[in-house]
Amino acid sequence: RVQETGPLRSAKSIRIRGLVQGVGFRPFVWQLARGLGLAGHVLNDGEGVLVEASGDERSLDLFLSRLQSDAPLLARIDQIAVSDLAGTPDARDFRILPSEEGKVATGVVPDAATCPACLGDIRNPADRRYRHAFANCTHCGPRLSILRHIPYDRASTAMAAFEMCRACRIEYENPADRRFHAQPIACPQCGPKLWFEDKDGCAVDGDPVVIAAERLGRGAILAIKGLGGFQIAVDAGNQSVIEKLRLRKHRPVKPLALMARDLDQIRDFALADAKEVALLESPAAPIVLLKKAGAPLAPGIAGPFDCLGVMLPNTPLHHLLMAELKGPIVLTSGNLSENPQETQNACARHNLAGIVDGFLMHNRDVVNRLDDSVVRQDRSGVSILRRARGYAPSPIRLPISFEGAPKVLALGGELKATFCLLDGRNAVLSQHIGDLENAPTLADYKKMLRLYLGLYRFEPDIVAVDAHPQYLSTRTGEDFARERGLPLVRVQHHHAHLAACLADQGQDQAMPGTVHAVVLDGLGWGADGTVWGGEILQGSYGGFVRCGHFRQVPLPGGEAANREPWRNLAAQLFTAFGVNYRANLVGTGLETRFAGHQAKLLDQMMQKGVNAPMTSSAGRLFDAVAAALDICPDKQGFEGEAAMRLEVLARASVAGKEGYPVEVTTSETVLLSFDKVWPALLGDLKSGVGHETISARFHQGLIDGLARSLSVAGARPSGKVVLSGGVFQNAFLRDGLTEKLETDGYTVLNHKSVPANDGGLALGQAAIAANLQAPSTFDD
Amino acid sequence: MTHGGGGRAMAVLIEDLFHRHLKNTILDQGHDAAVLEMPPGRLVMSTDAHVISPLFFPGGDIGSLSVHGTLNDLAMAGARPVSLTASFILEEGFPLADLERIVISMARAAREAGVPVVSGDTKVVEKGKGDGVFITTTGVGVLPEGVSISPAAAKPGQAVLLSGTIGDHGVAILSKRENLTFETEIQSDSAALHGLVGSMVDAVPGISVLRDPTRGGLATALNEIAHASKVGVMLDEGEIPVRPDVEGVCELLGLDPLYVANEGKLICICEASDADRLLEIMKAHPLGQNAAKIGEIVEDTDCMVVMKTGFGGSRVVDWLSGEQLPRIC
Ligand SMILES: [Fe+3]
Ligand SMILES: [Mg+2]
Ligand SMILES: [Zn+2]
Ligand SMILES: [Zn+2]
Repeated sequence: RVQETGPLRSAKSIRIRGLVQGVGFRPFVWQLARGLGLAGHVLNDGEGVLVEASGDERSLDLFLSRLQSDAPLLARIDQIAVSDLAGTPDARDFRILPSEEGKVATGVVPDAATCPACLGDIRNPADRRYRHAFANCTHCGPRLSILRHIPYDRASTAMAAFEMCRACRIEYENPADRRFHAQPIACPQCGPKLWFEDKDGCAVDGDPVVIAAERLGRGAILAIKGLGGFQIAVDAGNQSVIEKLRLRKHRPVKPLALMARDLDQIRDFALADAKEVALLESPAAPIVLLKKAGAPLAPGIAGPFDCLGVMLPNTPLHHLLMAELKGPIVLTSGNLSENPQETQNACARHNLAGIVDGFLMHNRDVVNRLDDSVVRQDRSGVSILRRARGYAPSPIRLPISFEGAPKVLALGGELKATFCLLDGRNAVLSQHIGDLENAPTLADYKKMLRLYLGLYRFEPDIVAVDAHPQYLSTRTGEDFARERGLPLVRVQHHHAHLAACLADQGQDQAMPGTVHAVVLDGLGWGADGTVWGGEILQGSYGGFVRCGHFRQVPLPGGEAANREPWRNLAAQLFTAFGVNYRANLVGTGLETRFAGHQAKLLDQMMQKGVNAPMTSSAGRLFDAVAAALDICPDKQGFEGEAAMRLEVLARASVAGKEGYPVEVTTSETVLLSFDKVWPALLGDLKSGVGHETISARFHQGLIDGLARSLSVAGARPSGKVVLSGGVFQNAFLRDGLTEKLETDGYTVLNHKSVPANDGGLALGQAAIAANLQAPSTFDD
Repeated sequence: MTHGGGGRAMAVLIEDLFHRHLKNTILDQGHDAAVLEMPPGRLVMSTDAHVISPLFFPGGDIGSLSVHGTLNDLAMAGARPVSLTASFILEEGFPLADLERIVISMARAAREAGVPVVSGDTKVVEKGKGDGVFITTTGVGVLPEGVSISPAAAKPGQAVLLSGTIGDHGVAILSKRENLTFETEIQSDSAALHGLVGSMVDAVPGISVLRDPTRGGLATALNEIAHASKVGVMLDEGEIPVRPDVEGVCELLGLDPLYVANEGKLICICEASDADRLLEIMKAHPLGQNAAKIGEIVEDTDCMVVMKTGFGGSRVVDWLSGEQLPRIC
């Protein structure tokens, strides 16, 4: 017999870390290995996926490279570590071994939009899942939204109520099937049921999707049970029904999101470039803010704003519904005023009865509320404005210096609350939960906290909270630390913003003092007991110094000033011109606003310091300028309205405006003063300069002033500058400042996968606490 | 006015002032200690130090306030007050005319309440070591049979009653202290509540909780009750009485009336079945005309106070440590 001179055989142990469980990774490995003729096995364990494979070296090399290049859609590989195995495993085939019980730290991947294969199935009349509203596979479908507890298997999810039929079980157990171990697997035979009911709760006969589409077409307001909770839909072409919806929902001005059938439909009314298309079509399928263009939709959708929030269908149900409709729909959260969106059928029936005319319902529970995520493609990169469905709880990968850091639970802020679990190089940031002052939202926040702690079997070493003593998140963290005897770290708000951006960018900045940061924000509790918000900081995870800030002005009425822009205009004028500021208003159109009794009382408050704390807030400065341009001066219809509308004006102006003179002075710290901005702005008002130009000049002046203040604060032109804080949701400002600073030679670090607003705060708090040398124990 | 030994003549003058205005048989005996005849029942005792700026405000002054404050502390235990003592710390140079005004007001408050001031003391401190005048009052009272009122006694299902509008006192004080000009003058609600409490307790001896929402306002008082009783409180914003002028001023000043102090209001927590009868009694009393059922006690291991707002929202009404701080980012 002739001796085989075949290729050299060897055996490798391959450790894969990252998001590799619950995403079809083992069947992927299995198919890949079999295709290449390798022998061995694959299994899930506490560190991720472990492969032992033997075969010829060429095949092994191919195997290793395809592990990376062909990985399943939802997988994220952080690391592949390969070592030689001493002996060749004596296996002749390749097998999937069961996971070791109790050792699997599964984590959970985000919910993912229907994949192309599943979409093909529901559109194929020959497929057994034709028109099935709950089709899914390992590459798509519900995850966090249906999970009750660990381990992540069917019995722990809302699918426990549905016994798998024979056909589904065969698919579930077949590693060659893309539904292998897809826990929410379902079919028309065994899966959840869909129905349509009118607002008295009576089921209506017929195809529920067809009925819903037909009613929407006739101008009905419908509740639709989506992936992360109930949504409310109306025809986006019907202005009068949109007005009716706004009235019933008590939502007068805040823009409404849209769902369109496909890209073609989107392009009828908005612009979407390649990057925006990629966002729309990503598994997260977020709401993407797109510039209005083409045929205008009903004006009630986004009123004065130049962008529309648009998403593509993200579940089979949405695909089926959109296919029946001629045009896009408004799809907004199914909730009553400030309450979180409804998730349960019974509550939705009760609480939405006054808003909707019917329900497109099903019997798969939404266990965990997930709002729709909101993103925007800026010139300076992606901005994520709300991080929820499709993104959470995907971990944020931290730089290597976090290896071995203490485990931190960070409780986040008060508005747009999230929390964060930091364990070594992984930081799990919860989905956007909302404003904690709302009681059901606070209850949700506490429920999510318990869920995440259980999911990740997380036992923190340190608890981190905001320095603000009255945040409900701070209270929650204090209680948690006290009950468990854990050290509590109080993190200054804007330091947390700085650190959140560094962590978002994977920056390894162990040494303090290496980075400058422009943190522009509403209000945050300052280290000196005043209210901060327009800050130039220098620091890193380990600490910070405040090297500059906006000139302080009163905040007359405290929180009332957050809602009423005119108060901030008074404060700016009072600061710039003194108590007799009215003399400067002649001819501006603002005289009458400050003529009344209320304005006089406001003056007294500012003079005497009655509920008028001093603040360097940047957000309130934007409100003041907006009020000067008569943008919702009396009351904002929603948080951020004034600043958003000011930004729209600036964008509408012709480029190349000269900025207002923001003064940069230095004494103990660098100070940005607006005392010369106001005379110039009032002058423009008097001479009838357009509001677009005024807004653009304000933005430009601020950009120039910030750039100068960085240089005065000693930032080296070759250095890095962090931009963070809620005000950087303003794309005009973010792009403009980024470009200016890059021209000046700086490397600009912007947020990319974590919001610049308080939704990212928890990540920063966690990163700071993990870097503390010796946290003190909680002493209460 | 001078202090210490040099002020001997002054001290005599002050003593005379007190005796003249607070005149009653026990005080007139001139002992350092008052001897009291006690009616049968359990003894209740309370003391309160009064420090307030300004000393005179619309609807009262430190004199009447120091009487009302301690009487209300007794009343909130369900007790009938029997007598009061008062001690004054005066800052050197404090105008005698102002002092007389305060003592007259105190005497009137005690007389109207029907509770004598039976013992007193005065010290004068150097200028700069006080703030005009501080008054400490102590009261004793007796608790009727069958009454057992405690902040820890609230139970789920019970009703939360409030005797009238909130925020009046705090706004009156603030406007006077800061010399703010409102369109209408707002008066403090400072009043002695034991009469109202007496008729309530007579009708429903089983009242669980009585509480006067003073410093920190309604919100703070309810949070304290919730924690002491390990229950939650569900309020209905629309039912909480607030005078329109107080509401308007609070809106402009950015103050939440829930956290503003009162000196003549009480919270009553009782069985739901007793609520209507108690409300009727409260409304029949001059100090309870605007009484209302403002919410109920609910089960809640987190001991939260939550308020239903317009349009179906509900808001956490948290503890307030220190002043109201702006929260929104
Ligand atoms: Fe912030
Ligand atoms: Mg007391
Ligand atoms: Zn799929
Ligand atoms: Zn099936």
